[in-house]
Amino acid sequence: MDRAYEIAASVRSGERSAREVIDGYLDNVAARNDELNALLLVGADAARASADAIDAVVAQGKDPGPLAGVPVVLKDNLCQRGVPTTCGSRILEGWKPPYTATVVEAVIAAGGIALGKANLDEFAMGSSTENSAFGPTRNPHDPSRVPGGSSGGSAAAVAAEFAPLALGSDTGGSIRQPAALCGVVGVKPTYGRVSRYGLVAFASSLDQIGPFATSVSDAALLLDAISGHDRRDSTSIADQLIPVAPSLNEGVAGLRVGVIEELTNGEGVAPEVSAAVSAAAAALEAAGAIIEMVSLPSTQFGLSAYYMIAPAEASSNLARYDGVRYGLRVDGDDLSTMNERTRDAGFGAEVKRRIMLGTYALSAGYYDAYYGRAQRVRTLITRDFDRVYENCDVLLSPTSPTTAFKLGDRTADPMAMYQSDVCTIPTNLAGHPAMSLPWGKGADGMPVGVQVLAPALGEPTMFRAARVIEDAAP
Amino acid sequence: MTPDPVAITRAEVAHVAKLARLGLTADEIDRLTGELAGILIHARDMGELDFTGVEPTTHPLPLVNVVRPDEVEPTLDRDEVLTAAPEVEDNRFRVPRILEAP
Amino acid sequence: MNTETKWVPVIGLEVHCELSTATKLFCACPNTFGSEPNTNVCPVCLGLPGSLPVLNARAVEFALRLAEALNFDVPARSVFARKNYFYPDMPKDYQITQFELPILQDGTIDVDGVSIEIERAHLEEDTGKSTHIGGAGRIHDAEYSLIDYNRAGVPLLEIVSRPDIRSAEQARGYASELRAVLLAIGISDVKMEEGSMRVDANISLRASESDEFGVKVEIKNMNSLRSLGRAITHEIERQAAALDAGETIVQETRHWDESENRTSGMRSKEGSSDYRYFPEPDLVPVAPTAEQRNAVRNSLPELPAHRRDRLVEEWGVSLSDARILVDAPGLADYAEAAVAALNQGSARDVVNMCTGDLLAYTNETGRIPDEVPLTPTGLAELADLVGDGTLSRSLAQEVFADCVESRKNPRAVVEERGLAQVSDTGELATIIDAVLAAHSDAIAQYHAGDDKERKKKRGFLMGEAMKASKGKGNPQLLNQLLDERLT
Repeated sequence: MDRAYEIAASVRSGERSAREVIDGYLDNVAARNDELNALLLVGADAARASADAIDAVVAQGKDPGPLAGVPVVLKDNLCQRGVPTTCGSRILEGWKPPYTATVVEAVIAAGGIALGKANLDEFAMGSSTENSAFGPTRNPHDPSRVPGGSSGGSAAAVAAEFAPLALGSDTGGSIRQPAALCGVVGVKPTYGRVSRYGLVAFASSLDQIGPFATSVSDAALLLDAISGHDRRDSTSIADQLIPVAPSLNEGVAGLRVGVIEELTNGEGVAPEVSAAVSAAAAALEAAGAIIEMVSLPSTQFGLSAYYMIAPAEASSNLARYDGVRYGLRVDGDDLSTMNERTRDAGFGAEVKRRIMLGTYALSAGYYDAYYGRAQRVRTLITRDFDRVYENCDVLLSPTSPTTAFKLGDRTADPMAMYQSDVCTIPTNLAGHPAMSLPWGKGADGMPVGVQVLAPALGEPTMFRAARVIEDAAP
Repeated sequence: MTPDPVAITRAEVAHVAKLARLGLTADEIDRLTGELAGILIHARDMGELDFTGVEPTTHPLPLVNVVRPDEVEPTLDRDEVLTAAPEVEDNRFRVPRILEAP
Repeated sequence: MNTETKWVPVIGLEVHCELSTATKLFCACPNTFGSEPNTNVCPVCLGLPGSLPVLNARAVEFALRLAEALNFDVPARSVFARKNYFYPDMPKDYQITQFELPILQDGTIDVDGVSIEIERAHLEEDTGKSTHIGGAGRIHDAEYSLIDYNRAGVPLLEIVSRPDIRSAEQARGYASELRAVLLAIGISDVKMEEGSMRVDANISLRASESDEFGVKVEIKNMNSLRSLGRAITHEIERQAAALDAGETIVQETRHWDESENRTSGMRSKEGSSDYRYFPEPDLVPVAPTAEQRNAVRNSLPELPAHRRDRLVEEWGVSLSDARILVDAPGLADYAEAAVAALNQGSARDVVNMCTGDLLAYTNETGRIPDEVPLTPTGLAELADLVGDGTLSRSLAQEVFADCVESRKNPRAVVEERGLAQVSDTGELATIIDAVLAAHSDAIAQYHAGDDKERKKKRGFLMGEAMKASKGKGNPQLLNQLLDERLT
């Protein structure tokens, strides 16, 4: 398996051509994408043209940048000018954004090559990528199983070697959970570290873009390329950020690591998953870290708070899909009939469920009991984290309570599906960074993921711990 | 704190669908009434918590005063904008009558 | 008890003014009126998926200027909120506004000696513009509508008075004074006809012997101060008649029809007004700093009430003339520049020229005083020509017309046209004598007549003399010479 940083180094030195690299990955896509449905759009011609342009830059003796010639898959909720962006929804079918997301500009500016758009749960709402209007994505390790979600297409694309890197978005675990289920590395950065401009919004106060990779150092390469202030995003952090790559291999001697009791040994967590977390903790301890069990009692209310806040924001963010300016329209004699028909035909069941839930949670008479309470739970969870971070540098927990489940297993019961996010949601509510990395396989032969969490802007420390775990992993 | 509301009714679901401009079928409304009730009952666990002195978090970052200078930047090409529209007339977006017929 | 004393009107005004920033509230598109449809748009103001708002610093500064002008409290932080409802001229199907925490709270404005309280003022984005096709352009009967998003995202300041206003006249006074303030501090061009200032009124009647408020009716669509006054008067009468007849008032929004001189009920746009406000997650709070507030305070221009009093005091003009000067955009600045350039002329002549011919010219041409071809220095020269006796006031009016037409300065016009006033006593005496010789009958009638007849004949003779001088005779001297000869 080629590492992205190796590809970039060889392309920059002229040892390998970007064209040769992209052709290799396009062959992988051609061989397996029909089976996996990881990519909704493959921009083969544009990708080859970009590769040729990179090679021309190298031939002129110039440096195309740290991602030189590295193919990158984009989750299909990231806008790229002139390239169809569907969000996995019928309602946006055929829409070509007239502008490009800041992260996509950053990838291209660093010499990366946009290879295609990855499948996702419609508007990033789901935990299995079964909610895409364009069919489910399948797990490359076992195509009868889900890849997780909502960034299932991005995770599967990296696991299947369609590209060494991919971008996803994480609102309640949508990068980390599919990374765990597909056996790759996935990072949710600190809220505000990466610009959201050009990411089609699901829940604005929780959404964050982050990388998928096959190694911790590749994830660091992509994270450093996309981090930084953006004047087009008011919630972007203006402070100078410390990059993660330089300190990656500094080890964990003396690092204080907390294992989150409630999430690691909680109800519904598979024993093999708990065991993986303990083993990862032991590996850190062996490398010089200090391990202790910590308690975050309010995290048990995270799921409830999340499933009020995210749908509430989504109900407002998704109002604009009304058949007037872009995307689908189903005709009606008057405006509200046209709006209703368009939205009924354009949105799938999960999106409708969340719009309904969010509209209800915000409506007169219920705001305090649902949305208002949920925002206070958010405060309590942040306080819990602040308290444990007084004594810990990073935390450990499972990423997903179980390994990848079979397609169709949880589609009938929304609450069962929502439980998939129980370990990942608290960090989104607090705005903190967290990442998932593989730790062996379960009894079913499917990958198991462990999660490393850190306080706001604690990515450099989080990555150091992840590097040690990666090296020790079975 | 507001007392817990009673379980959501079918009529409320139908009203919320109107607010959200979702043209749901009778079957969809039936199904959603049950599903939303399940999620809302789960959310009641938050009622156990003591929120004394707990301010709501509306935003994960403590930022204030993020502004931009009042300087004009290029606008979009009109043709590119209008090409995306389902229906256009006279360089404007056309929509059906806004009010229902009397 | 008659109807006027039986019911007390309770009126509150909501004023929306478009801020005259260069760009929109949350994006860098130009904030200009009258562009080609859908040309001043970008991903943000079109509400395209993935776009994000960023607040215009100048809009905040403008709100802080109003805070200084009208003694508002500026809360430590204000927060933007989303107001959710579907409407096609709103690209995101929600409006970014401020709800629980507005940028300004509790201001006051002095209206003809009465202090009216202002509850709040908040920043929000404007909507696009719908044109209704078919059904005579009315939304109710239209076949379809066309939408232009150029106006979408233009910054608005919504200023909400407390229901302290008690009459149509006071409502007009409030709107007029607020307009003068907004203009003076340079934050809006406040053109009601173009919609850059929109005034909605909430009106209810309270029985004079009761503390209980009546049912509130909102009236919209008044596009001038005059129509605001008329609409409120009409609505008060309508409600009083209904209450007198034992009917109940329905809480609703009514539309003022200027041509029909009446209000009519509007059909509700949406079944319910559950706006589901919540804090806008894409924007962060506004927390004005002491430095910001000091900078605004130190650069605040003179406010209209102070300026009117000063002009009355310094120039001896009437309060109503001072009001005309201060209310018309740029007129008082022009007049002050002209007065500063005077030599022999009087401020009073400058004011009369400004409130007369100059204002008529700007109204007619739609220009602002700065764009008038006669500069303040030129106008001062004209007033000097009156002051030193070169021109009569009526000749000065002719010269003014010539100057704005030909773009020449007054002295050049006077010279070219030979308009200088004749003040040579000998020359004028010759003219008077010739006139008297030609009208001996009139002289006889003058001497035989009563006061009224004498006045009439004297006026006739003076007119003939002025005509004979081709309008250039110095009227004071002519009068003097005529009087000498008639006694």
